[in-house]
Amino acid sequence: MAQAGVIKGTVPAVSSAERSFDGRVSRIRLLTCVGLIALWEVVATLGSYGILYNDVVPHIWHIVIAVFYELISASFYRDFGMTFAAHSVGFISGASIAVLVGIWLGTSKLIREAMLPYLNAIGSTPKIIFLPIIFLMFGVGIESKMAKGAMSAFFPVVFTTTLGMMLINPVLIRVGRTFNLNKWQMITKIYMPAMVNPVITGFRLGVAITVIGVLVAELKFADGGLGYRLGIYYEQFQIAPMYAVIVLIFALAAAANSGMTKLQDRVNRHMAPTTSKGKKARASASGGLGVVN
Amino acid sequence: MTRLHKVPVIVGLFGLLACAVLLELAVNFGWVMEIIVPRPTDTVLSFPSLQEDMDLVGNFFVTLGMTAAATALALLIGLPFGYFLYRREAYGVAYEGWLAAAFSTPIVLLYPLFLVIFGRNHMTLIVMGCIPGAIPIAIQTRQGLLGVSKTLLNVGRSFNVSERDMFRKIMLPSAVPTIFTGIRIGVMYTLVNIVAIEYLIDFGGLGRIVSQMYDNFSIPETYAAIVAVILVSTFFYWGFGRVEKWLRPV
Repeated sequence: MAQAGVIKGTVPAVSSAERSFDGRVSRIRLLTCVGLIALWEVVATLGSYGILYNDVVPHIWHIVIAVFYELISASFYRDFGMTFAAHSVGFISGASIAVLVGIWLGTSKLIREAMLPYLNAIGSTPKIIFLPIIFLMFGVGIESKMAKGAMSAFFPVVFTTTLGMMLINPVLIRVGRTFNLNKWQMITKIYMPAMVNPVITGFRLGVAITVIGVLVAELKFADGGLGYRLGIYYEQFQIAPMYAVIVLIFALAAAANSGMTKLQDRVNRHMAPTTSKGKKARASASGGLGVVN
Repeated sequence: MTRLHKVPVIVGLFGLLACAVLLELAVNFGWVMEIIVPRPTDTVLSFPSLQEDMDLVGNFFVTLGMTAAATALALLIGLPFGYFLYRREAYGVAYEGWLAAAFSTPIVLLYPLFLVIFGRNHMTLIVMGCIPGAIPIAIQTRQGLLGVSKTLLNVGRSFNVSERDMFRKIMLPSAVPTIFTGIRIGVMYTLVNIVAIEYLIDFGGLGRIVSQMYDNFSIPETYAAIVAVILVSTFFYWGFGRVEKWLRPV
């Protein structure tokens, strides 16, 4: 009883400390937001009097109005559609090739050790530098943005797939060989289910990097797309719409990232081993690869 | 054993050479248009003219200098900020998610804004290089300090070590490998952003050369400049990897 009393007395104390800490964290976040908005407005007001960064920092309500006008403009959706198409085609083609190459590298140690230094070299290079080659091969239309998107998606997915292949439990591979599975069956029955988590991680990174890759290509040479729209507003010195497009791009990138994170969590939960009580273990606590193994 | 280790290197080099020979033949036979992909020999031979016309080595040092300046600025901001986030736990929890989110956003797209504020000069490149560099440094500094073993801290306390010595002699050496991982990521992102902005605004070092060569339609020189950027990135990646291995011997 005494023990139960101690427990009863301790648990609320800990949770109230946690509540107080969470409250402090929320207050810090709120105050930071208020501080940043106030600072922005001060700079905007000084700018409107011609004292500091004249007309470069618009008032927040100007940006909100510009966001509204962007959202009701038909041309915004045309540009968004172009960026979305380039992103989707680029990501799907780049990621598909990367998964196949990753499986190939993962199954052959010699090829992996021979090719990885070169893949690392190109992977660590700013991909924007390959834009001239892409423009020469595909022109300045949407095809070059798709190709740039594919290139951006390829590297994170190939690295995570290769790593996923290397971390597959050898017992699973031996089981597959014992059952005389052919190459295709090994891929579909053993490799793919076992490395779904690292591949999804690669997809998540790939989606974010493809967004940047496509937008940067649109900024350089394009006849449409959100990057092109941003560049046009900059050239015409339409600052509030420029900020509005940046805000919308950041919101779309965050939404894509959040969607992929949710997909990853869902896959983790689905792949998590069932405990003795019949409940699924929390995937996030198992650290990704541990789940698939 | 050593000979066995060399086999993949030889296979890799042979593969690279085979690709170059195939490309050379494909261009010679007209299967690949020369105005799109030049002969590998033409690309290699264009390096001297690129050096003569565009001062490749000089521009490499321009990019290197700006990367060094942006990294120094990123360290000046990232290290103390990471330490602050470690010392004030509530601030650390409040800001860490924001920092991670900011790190995954397309910061490079803000370049029109920085051009408007700073103008088309080196300051824009340095500031835009510094931002993506400072974020991983701050995050990893906090993580490194949070990861210091409790046993080491208790040993320090049992010897009545002052707070300053505790930081200097126990916490810092223990956190250095993690902090260095942050510095390595920061430097790579700084370099990537600086070259990207150089290319986009046609100003600065190696990125500008690629842009100008493409605008002049000097295709072998464009490819040579791209190879130069790949070599620089590889050098950074490899060099920092070696230092990181040295700092984390296990």
